[in-house]
Amino acid sequence: MSPHPASENSGIWKLIFGRLDWSAIPIHEPILIGTFIAVAIGGVAVLGLVTKYRLWGMLWRDWFTTVDHKRIGIMYMILGLIMFVRGFADAVMMRLQQAMAFNGSEGYLNAHHYDQIFTAHGVIMIFFVAMPMITGIMNYMVPLQIGARDVSFPFLNNFSFWMTTAGAVIVMMSLFVGEFARTGWLAYPPLSGIAYSPGVGVDYYIWGLQIAGIGTLLSGVNLIATIVKMRAPGMSMMKLPIFVWTSLCANVLIVAAFPVLTAVLALLSLDRYVGTAFFTNDMGGNPMMYVNLIWIWGHPEVYILILPLFGVFSEVTSTFSNKRLFGYSSMVYATVVIAILSYLVWLHHFFTMGSGASVNSFFGITTMVISIPTGAKLFNWLFTMYRGRIRFELPMMWTVAFMLTFVVGGMTGVLLAVPPADFVLHNSLFLIAHFHNVIIGGVLFGLFAAINYWWPKAFGFKLDRKWGVYSFWLWVVGFWFAFMPLYILGLMGVTRRMRVFDDPSLQIWFEIAALGAVMIAAGIACMFIQFGVSIKNRDKLRDTTGDPWNGRTLEWATSSPPPDYNFAFTPVIHDGDAWADMKKRGYQRPTSGFEPIHMPSNTGTGVIIAGLSIAFSVGMIWYMWWLAGLSFVGILAVAIGHTFNYKRDFHIPRDVVERTEGERTRQLAMQG
Amino acid sequence: MSIRKRPAYADSMTVRRFLDRSAFLRRLSPALLLPLGGCDWILMNPAGDVALQQRNLILISTALMLLIILPVMAMTVWFAWRYREKAQAKDHDPDWDHSTTLELLIWSAPLLIIIALGAITWTSTHLLDPYRPIERIDHERRVDPAAKRLQVEVVAMDWKWLFIYPELGIATVNEMAAPVDQPIEFKITSSSIMNSFFVPALAGQIYAMPGMQTVLHAVANKPGNFEGFSANYSGAGFSNMRFRFHALDKAGFDQWVAKVKASGASLDRAAYVKLEQPSEKVPPIYFGSVEPHLFHAALNMCVQPGKKCMDAVMMTDARGGAGKESARDTEGLRHDGTIDVGGFHPVEPGRAGEIAQPAGMTPAAEKTPAEQGHQAPHQQDQDGHEGHHGM
Repeated sequence: MSPHPASENSGIWKLIFGRLDWSAIPIHEPILIGTFIAVAIGGVAVLGLVTKYRLWGMLWRDWFTTVDHKRIGIMYMILGLIMFVRGFADAVMMRLQQAMAFNGSEGYLNAHHYDQIFTAHGVIMIFFVAMPMITGIMNYMVPLQIGARDVSFPFLNNFSFWMTTAGAVIVMMSLFVGEFARTGWLAYPPLSGIAYSPGVGVDYYIWGLQIAGIGTLLSGVNLIATIVKMRAPGMSMMKLPIFVWTSLCANVLIVAAFPVLTAVLALLSLDRYVGTAFFTNDMGGNPMMYVNLIWIWGHPEVYILILPLFGVFSEVTSTFSNKRLFGYSSMVYATVVIAILSYLVWLHHFFTMGSGASVNSFFGITTMVISIPTGAKLFNWLFTMYRGRIRFELPMMWTVAFMLTFVVGGMTGVLLAVPPADFVLHNSLFLIAHFHNVIIGGVLFGLFAAINYWWPKAFGFKLDRKWGVYSFWLWVVGFWFAFMPLYILGLMGVTRRMRVFDDPSLQIWFEIAALGAVMIAAGIACMFIQFGVSIKNRDKLRDTTGDPWNGRTLEWATSSPPPDYNFAFTPVIHDGDAWADMKKRGYQRPTSGFEPIHMPSNTGTGVIIAGLSIAFSVGMIWYMWWLAGLSFVGILAVAIGHTFNYKRDFHIPRDVVERTEGERTRQLAMQG
Repeated sequence: MSIRKRPAYADSMTVRRFLDRSAFLRRLSPALLLPLGGCDWILMNPAGDVALQQRNLILISTALMLLIILPVMAMTVWFAWRYREKAQAKDHDPDWDHSTTLELLIWSAPLLIIIALGAITWTSTHLLDPYRPIERIDHERRVDPAAKRLQVEVVAMDWKWLFIYPELGIATVNEMAAPVDQPIEFKITSSSIMNSFFVPALAGQIYAMPGMQTVLHAVANKPGNFEGFSANYSGAGFSNMRFRFHALDKAGFDQWVAKVKASGASLDRAAYVKLEQPSEKVPPIYFGSVEPHLFHAALNMCVQPGKKCMDAVMMTDARGGAGKESARDTEGLRHDGTIDVGGFHPVEPGRAGEIAQPAGMTPAAEKTPAEQGHQAPHQQDQDGHEGHHGM
C-alpha cells in the first residue's frame, strides 16, 4: 500500500530495524543538526552534573518513584515548562518564516520542515504544556485544599505522570529521528491516512498522544475520586473551594472526552496499520467522521484547559481583594453549566463542511449560550473586587490582565459562532488570533497567576517581584503586538498554515507580529530569571508562616512547603473559606497528641511501564515488530508483577511527626 | 447533497432588512476603516452581495457584543483603581458576597444580548446558507426567476483548482471568470485531500472534499480581479494553491469564454488523470473542450480507467449488493494511493515551469508565439490585481 519506493535495506536489517535507516537522521537540515548539538551538549552537561554530585539516588528515591502528590505536581510543572520552551521555539520559527516569505522569497523553511513545525507547535502546546501544567497545579493543590493527605490512588498518580512524560519523549524523538506529522495538530484524514502520509510522522503523533492520553485519563479518574471521597469532615460540596469545583468539572470532562480521542486515534491507526477503511476516501470510508469525532473530544478539551484556571482566578481575586468570593453558588452553577454545554457545541469547528442551516444555527446558538455563564463568572470576579481592598501582587496583576484580555477573545469567539461570519473567518488568522487570545489570555495568564500565587506554598519563599513585573508587562504588551496583527490579517482574508505569501502589503503585519513574539520571548526569559533570582535570594524571600498572602483556603493552614503528610490532624470544616473562617474564630494549632501517620510507599513501577511504553511505541512507529511485541509483553508482566507488591504503605512514626510539627511551632513562634 | 427546500419561517425579510441597514453600514464602514489608510481589508470591503451581507453581520454582531464588553472592561479598570489597597475605600466589606439584584442582572444582561444575537444567527444562517439559491443581486435588485445561474464545477487538486463550465463546454485551471450580477452556482469536490474553496471578495468558503459534493451560491457585483485560494491546509503545495477570480462585464466574459474556447487543448479523462497528479504553482491553463460528465466521474472517484463510480456502487448496494464474489474484487473501488502525494517532492523555487505537464497544458512561458493568443491574461493580472480589489 505504501507508495514509498522499495527500501534498499536487506531482509535482516528490515527485520531488526523495520523502516528505520540512516535517511531518518535529518543531516540535511542544519537547523535540526544545530538543535541536536545544543540539546546533546545540554543533556550531557545535566547528566554529568547529576552524576558528579551523586544525585541519581536522591532523584530516583525522592522524585522519580515518589507517590507524593506534591512532588508529582512539581514534576508536571517542570515537564510543562520544558515543553513550553520547545513549543515556543516552534512559534518563533513560524513567525520568522511568515515575516520573511514575501516577494518571491521562500523564507528559510521548506514545506517539509515548516509543516512539521506548525503541527508540533499545536500538539505540544495543548498536550504537553497546557495539560501537564493544569494537571500539575490540580495535583498539588486539590488534596491540600480539601484537607487530604494525598490523592485517592497515589501509585496511579505517579504512573499517570510518567505516561504523560513518555508521550512527550515520543514527540521529542521525532525531532531527531524521522519526522513529525505534517498534517496540522488534529491530523485530519485523508491527509493523515497512509496513502497521503506514508511516513512515520503521523505514527509519532498517534503514539505520542495515545500514551500521554492514558496518563491524562487516569489522572482524571484519580482526581475525581479524590474530590468526591477524600474531603475533610464538614466540607460539603457547596463548601468546596471554587478551584476544587472547577477542577472537578474539568476532570469529569477529561474522563468523558479523552476516551473519544483514544478511540478515534485507534481507528486511524487501524486504517494506517492494517488497511481498514474508517476514514479513507474510498472503500466506504468517511473522513468527515474523524473530524466529527475528534472535535467531540476537542471542544470539551478547551474547557478542560480553561475551567481550572477560572478556579485559580476566583481564588486569587478573593484572596487579594481581601473579601469573600461574590456569588459562590452562582459560580458553581456557571461552572457546571459550562461543563455540560461544552458537549453541545463541537460542530462549530466545521460549519463550513456543508451541514444544513438548521444544524449550523443550532450549534452556533449553543456556542453563544456558553458565553452567558462565562459572562456571569466575569461579573462575579468584578463584584468580588467591588468593595474589596485589592493588593496588586503578581497573581492579581495577571488576573486583571486576564479579565481585560479574555473578554476580547470571548467576543471574537462568539463572532465566530455566527455561522455566516464563520464562513469568511474559518481557518483564517482571525481564528488563530481568537484562540490564542483565549488560551494565552486565559490558560497561560491563569497558569502564571497560579505559579506566582502558590510558589511560596510549594517552596517556602515568594517569587521575586521585580522580574515578575518585567515578565508580566512584556507578556501582556507582547501578546497584543503578536496577535492584533493576526486579527487584522484575518479580516484581510489571510488563511492559516501558509508558508509563503503573494501580497507584499501583508508583510508589515507579520513583522509587527514577529516583534510581539520577540517581546514574549523576553517575557519568558524574565520569568526564568525570576525563578533563578528567587531561588538565589530565597532566604530574603522566605515565608515561615505558611500563609504569606493572608489566604482563605486550607492549603494556607499548613507549613510551606507542607510536610509529606500535609496535615498532622485532618481539619474539620465549617465554612466555604475554611482557613479564613478558622483564622477569624481564633484557631489554635494543635501542638501535642500526634499519632503515627499512614502513608503510601514509593514505587518504580510507573517509570518502568512508561519506559516500556516508549519502547513499544518506537517499535510500532518504525515497524520493528519484535520490539513492539516484547515491550508489550513486558508492560503486562510488570503490571501483573506490581499486583504482587505488598510493600505498599508505611507509617510515619509518631516521633517524626512530633519533630516536624515541633519545628513548625518554633518557626511560628519566631514570627511572633 | 442537493439544494434543500427553503425553510418556512416567519419574518426572514425583517431580518434581511435589518442585515441590510447596509445603506447605513456602507456609509459607516469607510469611516471605520479610514484610520487604517490604504489597507486592503477584503472582508470589510467585498465585491459580492453574499460577502457583503456577511460583512454586515460581522459588524452588527460586534456592535451588539460591545454593548456588554465595553462596560465590563471599563468596570474592571474602574474597580481595580477605586478599590486598590492604597485608596482605603470607605465601603470595604470583606463579607459582602451576595446580592440577588446583581445576580439577576449579571445573568440576564448577557442572556438578553445572546437572545438578540441568537435570533440574528438563526435567520442569517438560513438566509446566507451556501446551498440556498441567491434571491437578490444586491440590496436593490432581486434575481429574475427566469434567469439562469452560471454553473461552475470545481475540483480541488494537489495543489491547483480545476473549473469546469458544463454548459459552455470549457474548463480552466487556476483561473476562473464570471459575469457581474449573474448568480453563480458552484458544485465543489476534491480529488484527494480536503481543501476549502474560498474567494473572500465573493462569498464565504465551503469545504472541497473527495467523494463528496458541496454547493455554493454567490454573485459578484463589482468587476475586478480577485484572489481565490484553499482555506484548508492540504499538504506541501498548499501555500501556492491560489487562483484568480475575474468578475467581468457581459462582453468581457464572452470574450474570456471565446479565448478559452480557442485553446486547442481538450480535457478528457486521460488529461484529467495526468492533471490530478501533484504539482505546484501551476500557471492558468485553458481547455477549449471538456469530456461530458467529467465532474460526475471526479465526484464519484471513477475518472481513472477501471474504477467503479461510487453512485453506481451505492445503487448496487441498495439493491442488495453484488454478491459474495464481489468482496474479493475491490480493485475498482480503490482511489487512495493512486495519487502519490506522500511521495511528492516539492520543486526547487523558480523551477515551477519544469513540472511535467500533459500535452496541450504547457505553462504560459513555454508556449509558442502562435499559441500566445490562447493564454490566460496571467502577466497582466500579476501587475493589475493590487489596484482592483482594494477600496
